Amino acid sequence: MSSHAEPIEDERARALPPEGAPGWTGFAAGLKASFRSVLAYALIGTFVGYGGLCLDLGLSVWWAALSTLFIFAAPAQVILVTTLGAGTLVQAALAVTLSAIRLLPMVVALLPMIREPQTRTRDLILPAHFVAVSMWVESLRLAPHVPREQRVGFCNGIGTGMTIMSVAGTVAGYLLAARLPPTFAAAVLFLTPMMFLVSTARGATTISDRVAFALGLAVTPGLILAGFELALLYGALLGGTLGYAAHRLRRAAA
Amino acid sequence: MSATLRDLNPYLVLVLIGFLPNEIWRWMGVFVARGIDEKSEFLVWVRAVATAILAGVIAQLIFVPAGSLGTIPLWARLAALGVGFAVLLGVRRSIIAGVLAGEVVLIAAGMAFGTAR
Repeated sequence: MSSHAEPIEDERARALPPEGAPGWTGFAAGLKASFRSVLAYALIGTFVGYGGLCLDLGLSVWWAALSTLFIFAAPAQVILVTTLGAGTLVQAALAVTLSAIRLLPMVVALLPMIREPQTRTRDLILPAHFVAVSMWVESLRLAPHVPREQRVGFCNGIGTGMTIMSVAGTVAGYLLAARLPPTFAAAVLFLTPMMFLVSTARGATTISDRVAFALGLAVTPGLILAGFELALLYGALLGGTLGYAAHRLRRAAA
Repeated sequence: MSATLRDLNPYLVLVLIGFLPNEIWRWMGVFVARGIDEKSEFLVWVRAVATAILAGVIAQLIFVPAGSLGTIPLWARLAALGVGFAVLLGVRRSIIAGVLAGEVVLIAAGMAFGTAR
């Protein structure tokens, strides 16, 4: 599947700051871009589901909101709360950190595009913190159209906007799930797996990712039902390694 | 280490088990951004493992459902997931269409077959 560059519509291009504009305009433009992003609305849905999950697992609404504010990575948060009470500390930390490894290559891919030669490393900590699937996709798509000296601010704007929407979604999901009849509360909880499934399936464009995803879906339920404590990790290592093997095989055959 | 998360202050858990293990990869990304070749074979494997763990999370949420999602039968949860996926593939790879379709199936199944307390 070839990912051809998406052309920017006129309206969106007009929202981007012009060359030589003052420093805050990049941030403002990023903030605006985040509220126009369709991915941001998918993100809200995910965090509505997460908020409902937090309620069902007996966590407070403050805890739920703060976890979204500070972690801002739905998979890590879902893993964290679903291991609450069940898993050990080491297992939970391992599962969280394994789910977050994917952030490393995303950060590595984004930063060279937004920094200038004189940009200080500490000024890249904040845009790196905001890196998550939705923010990354939108930044990679839009930042090249922003003057280079505005790009760090632009990414901080996108990240800030998406964080605000995510925290609001978390709180809304939490409060909503408390007041809904069971079937609709179930629908809120179902948002997270459904959203993960379609957004990951859509984002998996390489053979290695596709095989890994399909195998992860196929193998992990068996491992869970068989009672393996580290089912998630085994499934991930098995699916990921076989996905990588498929990538090697295809390349060898080519 | 048999202590469970419930034995600790929840905000300490948030920082130690949630924030730090997650954030460390973003920090590492900042410092290795110059050194790593984005096309390296190691990163192909890392990305595949990361994708597979997301699949595992989905499986866990569906097969070991939290709270009221458990009032919907397993076959209906799976059917809703399948319909959402099929719609994603069918309708111009639209995330929103896929999610809405899955939700409609789940709510319909819940009304017909749900075992709400």
